[in-house]
Amino acid sequence: MPAGQSSSASNLDRERYVARFREMCRIREFETAAIAASNEKLVLGAIHPSIGQEAVAAGVCGNLRRDDIILSTHRGHGHTMAKGADALAMMRELFGRAGGTSQGKGGSMHIADFSVGMLGANGVVAANINIAAGAAHAIKLKGEDKVVVCFFGDGAINRGPFLEGLNWAGVFKLPILFVCEDNGFAATTRTKAMTSGDGPAARADSIGIKSETVDGNDIAAVDEIASELIDEARRGTPRFLVARTYRLTGHTSSDPAPYRPADEVKERWLNDPIENCRQMLLTAGVDESELSAIAEAAAKEMKDAYETAKASDWPEKDLAYVDVQDIGDPRGGAF
Amino acid sequence: MAVMTYIDASRQAVAEEMRRDPMVWAVGEDLGRGGVFGQYKGLVDEFGPDRISDAPISESCIMGAAVGAAMTGTRPIVEMRFSDFALCAVDELVNQAAKARYMFGGQTRVPLVVREPIGMWRSSAAQHSQSLEAWYAHIPGLVVAVPSTPADNRALLKAAIRCDDPVVFMEHKNLWALGGDVPDGDDVAEFGKARAVREGKDLTIVSWSAAVHTATEAATTLAGEGIEAEVLDLRTLWPWDKDAVLASVERTGRLLVVQEAVSVAGFGAEVAATVAENLHPALKAPVKRLGAPRIPISYAPVLEDQVRITADAIAAAARGLVKT
Repeated sequence: MPAGQSSSASNLDRERYVARFREMCRIREFETAAIAASNEKLVLGAIHPSIGQEAVAAGVCGNLRRDDIILSTHRGHGHTMAKGADALAMMRELFGRAGGTSQGKGGSMHIADFSVGMLGANGVVAANINIAAGAAHAIKLKGEDKVVVCFFGDGAINRGPFLEGLNWAGVFKLPILFVCEDNGFAATTRTKAMTSGDGPAARADSIGIKSETVDGNDIAAVDEIASELIDEARRGTPRFLVARTYRLTGHTSSDPAPYRPADEVKERWLNDPIENCRQMLLTAGVDESELSAIAEAAAKEMKDAYETAKASDWPEKDLAYVDVQDIGDPRGGAF
Repeated sequence: MAVMTYIDASRQAVAEEMRRDPMVWAVGEDLGRGGVFGQYKGLVDEFGPDRISDAPISESCIMGAAVGAAMTGTRPIVEMRFSDFALCAVDELVNQAAKARYMFGGQTRVPLVVREPIGMWRSSAAQHSQSLEAWYAHIPGLVVAVPSTPADNRALLKAAIRCDDPVVFMEHKNLWALGGDVPDGDDVAEFGKARAVREGKDLTIVSWSAAVHTATEAATTLAGEGIEAEVLDLRTLWPWDKDAVLASVERTGRLLVVQEAVSVAGFGAEVAATVAENLHPALKAPVKRLGAPRIPISYAPVLEDQVRITADAIAAAARGLVKT
């Protein structure tokens, strides 16, 4: 079966895809709550929603072990949650409150949870590619049985680290899967207008990192190809996955995205990956009530996270001076 | 005590730390062949190509990969060949290495050392000669070391490799062949402690890296004229030994800062401002900085010399201060 086509409904692993459905609903509800909080000025800085791209996060991270590693982008809530981070700690981080994943020091754009192998979202496009290559390099040096997944967008392929990091992974034969989430936009510009050549897959192949392309809105297709490529990467062959998807919201939660026609967005909502997954499960015989209950539970979990985060304390102000470095007084007074 | 060169002292530090800790490894262009200056010569024979690792000419990825490898339990020594080339990896050093511990709320550490040789050397012109230490002293999260002697190169490099935070380690290219006494045993420096090269009562000369030797030469000349200059080698610029500098200037009442770098917004400005802020009533003369003019470094010796701080210039500035 070529990549990009999912299993037929009859032989579907229902438990597996119900779990993926649950994860996608949780990501959607988390971001919906975060956007509301942003509109209410409770989430302060910019947030970059991944609404419409949830199948990539759930399908890829669902195939990872807890001690496997991911690195993400400014649009990283979905990856982080799918890798196992606690939603309340994440919500507190977005609110800048005590008990956040990074104690309120990073916010949305630097969301990270090292306890589940999530080594950070990054505010600099493509910067995570080199860091991910290094994490994979350390796995190889230590002889560990782990793999690294590095997520980035289609805009990242025009930065230098894309070339340097992929070349590095190929030269050192590192256990890494690069996942390019191709949502068609580099910030607020169509990526194609600013990209010479045939795009991410062609570039990866030209560097010697073999690529596959998948419909990123088809959870089963993503899940199957991710499973295969992660296995291969774990054995020391770096691989590359292009997941074609669409960002249903703007670049940030405050971007109304007037640079694209309303009809285009309306049509893309008809290809919502969560609804696609729901239909697939219904066709496979899963009860509608079971799926509704999952969706409602996700909504409640994130509403509760929102309320708890809102009621949480701000960090102690002295925390501003902690974790700069072990030596030297950050106030400039010592030495 | 053994006599060895500045470059051999650094090689010994790397070898000893790699024997001590199997998580230490070095990565950079041409390391298997010994590195561009021979700093790693022979090390691949003992430690193998995985731990003395060649790298593509990809400064951004050398530094970025080291950040990832440092966050996941190894301790990389990053070789940048020239501090000028490390500018290709400033995002990885400044936005990533220096920030990760803090912006992730203490979830991680980035124990890497980046070796960035600085300074003027054999008519190397504008892109192989710069002294950019002040840039990194400005960045929260980074340690900046600027050794001037073989003993310090060994002891500071050992400390840098053991440090749990990123260290910018700036050796001066013109010092590779400099010989000197190096203590035996596991001599590990403490960051932020200046060394008094010589004592004196009439003025304090604060310097670091190769300029320390020029300042010392000037101090010897001055001593012949009855002017006793105290020379302090800062050794690290972050943290820097503010206490030692203030104590010395409090005694002498005069400060001259000597640096090879461009004087404008150089680290000497930080030293001068700190002394002026804290010791104004005790000063017998205005604080004084000597550094390079704000021009790129040339190839032709006669042009290159326009940016070089000389012992004569230092002595002249010192005389001016003492006369005040």
